[in-house]
Amino acid sequence: MRNAFAAAVTAHHNREDCFFLTGDLGFMALEDIKTAFGNRFINTGIAEQNMIGVAAGLARENMKVFVYSIAPFCYARPFEQIRNDICLSDLSVCLVGNGGGYAYGQMGPTHHALEDCAAMNALGVQVLVPAFDADIASVIRGFSSPTYLRLGFDERPEGAPVPQYAPWRQVLTGEFGAIAALGPLAGVAWQALLDVPAALRPSVWAVTEFNDKEIPDEFWTQVSEKTLFTIEEHVVAGGLGMHVALAMIHKGIHVSKFVHRYALGYPTGRFGSQAFHRAQCGIDSDGVRDMLMEAKR
Amino acid sequence: MPINDIQTIIETARNRLLEMHFHANCGHIGGNVSCLDAMIILHHRVLNPDDRFILSKGHSAGALYVTLWTLGKMNDADLKTFAQNNTMLPCHPSGSGIFGLLFPTGSLGHGPSLAAGLALAAKHNNVPRHIYCLCSDGEWQEGSCWEALIFSVHHRLNNLTIIIDQNGLQGFGTTKEIISCSDLTPRIEAFGAHVQHADGHNCGEILKSLESKSADKVNILILNTIKGKGLAFENTLESHYLPLTEQEYRTACSINTQRGDL
Repeated sequence: MRNAFAAAVTAHHNREDCFFLTGDLGFMALEDIKTAFGNRFINTGIAEQNMIGVAAGLARENMKVFVYSIAPFCYARPFEQIRNDICLSDLSVCLVGNGGGYAYGQMGPTHHALEDCAAMNALGVQVLVPAFDADIASVIRGFSSPTYLRLGFDERPEGAPVPQYAPWRQVLTGEFGAIAALGPLAGVAWQALLDVPAALRPSVWAVTEFNDKEIPDEFWTQVSEKTLFTIEEHVVAGGLGMHVALAMIHKGIHVSKFVHRYALGYPTGRFGSQAFHRAQCGIDSDGVRDMLMEAKR
Repeated sequence: MPINDIQTIIETARNRLLEMHFHANCGHIGGNVSCLDAMIILHHRVLNPDDRFILSKGHSAGALYVTLWTLGKMNDADLKTFAQNNTMLPCHPSGSGIFGLLFPTGSLGHGPSLAAGLALAAKHNNVPRHIYCLCSDGEWQEGSCWEALIFSVHHRLNNLTIIIDQNGLQGFGTTKEIISCSDLTPRIEAFGAHVQHADGHNCGEILKSLESKSADKVNILILNTIKGKGLAFENTLESHYLPLTEQEYRTACSINTQRGDL
């Protein structure tokens, strides 16, 4: 998604009041932004705390600022700077974490971002988890408050058209309840259930924004007295599943079954690709089909 | 304004600071007293209306509040709420609702980066604005300060002055015994900043240093100060944490009054 992100930034945010800071990352991805932004593109070096503080200083003078790094270096390393310098003053800074979930696979656990959405949600940051490349221009268009953008890979079925952007949107119809899938996992679930008859499969909803966003009534209608599935490449604490469960209670919705798949961390103590870790957590294509079987048991 | 008049303002502010902390039963007096002279001189004689000030050593909020009081930006009623419920004046500044305050501070090591961002924005906007940031000396044990210094030197932020209140005492010991660093000068100079020194309790020296900045480098002004100067627990760890007893407060006021008479 980072190429789509770079294209969206270059096309829509190349203004005198917009800065782009990177923590020495973005090789073969951010070159166009660097060229377009000129001296408003700053490689702040390997110093993430300073990068966030500088971004806050710029934003305090009415600049809009993108801050880019590999996801954990973006939200975890400078957590206090995000909290104190950006959030307490409600500044227009968009934190861009590349490689959400296990996306950095073989790079190892230091490069994975499994609790980012919860951490940023807890601070009141607007969390955006695009499902598809085409979402990016829409989600970052008008940011004016602390925002966290989690980038992964567009994994929709080959040739499948992308439905118009919405914080929650249905990408595949079905009648056996509904799956709420966080970001790119919507593409995974979509592909996994494509050849299952609609009557036997749940619908698939791509969830990009789950803080302070109303869950559409149509989703509740689809899960009422049926099975509600949630799937996310994120730990259970503070993730999409907990959010949906709480919203369900507040709303007084009753479902026949709640099936939740999420990032388990490193259950075997072994490391591998994103696909390896997803398989271990049951959040890959096989895992989606297995969820369905589990619900029918 | 002549230096003698500034000295009078400092004495008035000092008495008000002690009164405020005494009535609120608040500590951190030592670090407030050590930087008060610089804070007053900066705000009364140096800062232009469009300049920016960042209090990175947020535990010296009291000194900032009374400085703003001497400028008429706060009144007695405001100061009476210091550290009370429903106040705008907590012991570390909240960053909102206070004249000139741009950020909440209190966790150390944030100010230099924030100031660098402001300085960068001023350059980008071609605004002839200077950014001042007041740090403690112990604060420079935070790696983020050095990150900010590297960045600021690289970007030639000559519109940035970082003032360091070098009183030599921190939370649980001296800077010398904790990190073998009683003077930050050689370390900061090695990073390429322009470093000046002054006696932090000598108004003339402070003012002269602030008026003779480098035109092409990041400016660092190291003020050699005494924590809790003039108080019963001057230059002790007690001055970092403990509030004044009534006896200590009365004695301190008496000393100040005598100084004022001089």
